[in-house]
Amino acid sequence: MIVQTFTKGIFQRNPVFILLLGLCPTLAISTSVKNAIGMGVAATFVLVFSNLFVSLIKNLIPKKIRIPCYIVVIATFVTLVELFLEAYLPDLNASLGLFVPLIVVNCIILGRAEAFASRNPVSLSMADGLGMGVGFTLALVLLGAIREVLGSNALLGYELIPGFRPAMIMILPPGAFLTIGFLLGFFALIRARREKREREMTKSK
Amino acid sequence: MIGELLIIFIGVVLVNNFVLVKFLGICPYIGVSKDLKSATGMGVAVIFVMTMASAATWLIYHYLLAPSPSNIWFRILGDGIDPSSFNFAYLRTIVFILVIAALVQLVEMIITKTSPALHHALGIYLPLITTNCAVLGVTVLNIDIFFKEGQAVPWSLLKSLTQGFGAGVGFTLALILMASIRERLELADIPPSLRGAPIAFLVGALMSMAFLGFSGLI
Repeated sequence: MIVQTFTKGIFQRNPVFILLLGLCPTLAISTSVKNAIGMGVAATFVLVFSNLFVSLIKNLIPKKIRIPCYIVVIATFVTLVELFLEAYLPDLNASLGLFVPLIVVNCIILGRAEAFASRNPVSLSMADGLGMGVGFTLALVLLGAIREVLGSNALLGYELIPGFRPAMIMILPPGAFLTIGFLLGFFALIRARREKREREMTKSK
Repeated sequence: MIGELLIIFIGVVLVNNFVLVKFLGICPYIGVSKDLKSATGMGVAVIFVMTMASAATWLIYHYLLAPSPSNIWFRILGDGIDPSSFNFAYLRTIVFILVIAALVQLVEMIITKTSPALHHALGIYLPLITTNCAVLGVTVLNIDIFFKEGQAVPWSLLKSLTQGFGAGVGFTLALILMASIRERLELADIPPSLRGAPIAFLVGALMSMAFLGFSGLI
């Protein structure tokens, strides 16, 4: 059960590619794999702990003010992340910039608190948070890898093909829109193919 | 002075457009851009809330959180203490998101009482704005740019207001352009797997390229 809850967030209900949540940091941060991993880990930390706490206090919160309560819980963990990055990883903090405080309004986190953690036990909620966080991180890394390879001819900062002139546009803002547009189209194509095959199989039976 | 404000305004509307260059507010940009009418409603509501939020968060940061001589805690308690010991700037994120949530609620209540027509037009968009990252984004950006070491730069409040208003206008511009294009796209012959969100992102890519052309403007 816990394992299922965990893997669900990675593939079937991937927050970025299937649910289309948390797009702002996904597009803005994915200029390189390093930034993508940093953002993914930070968001996963906030997701797991906000899910844990929301699940712990779910019976204490009055129904009407539950959203502000969730926001305070989330904002507390985001502030922790902010202070940690400022103190120990100033370089990463500088390249993530505005998007560290903006983890607060990442719809994945509030969405999971409201849709999952507020009605499930603690262990399941943490597994869900971890799964969604890993799914988010994988999506970010995929996008970041594509953009870094095409846009700066490198992966994790190491040059790939000497002498190849990269397409600058991919690490500029339009590149983010292009990459996610084509990726979403590609996934839709795979889904359509699979559904068609399944339909044919049921028909032939 | 006027020139400086104009540069801030044009900078945030065209050169550093919040949606197309800074990637703030992508969710409503894809979600609420299916028809022109709702895009306009959302845009007006965002301009309104962003301007109000810029003013409110500036006042709160300047008088309650920043380690400056005008900090209220310092004025009340700070006899002979250095103002920098009243540094609550780390509470910025928590306080700002709560202020924005309260502000959105307040605006909704005022509009319901005073103008039912406006409420009818903006009503469903207001609750969505709390989690629009462009609003929190512009307030944090105001603090980053218009405060140096906790001290407000000259005309800081007016500059923050201009940036808040401009960011809202830029958001609305991008949203309305997108909605107009998508209304046309309804009739276009698009490959089935690109229909919906994927084509919206590809249109966004082209718009973003167009906005890159403004980058030498200021």
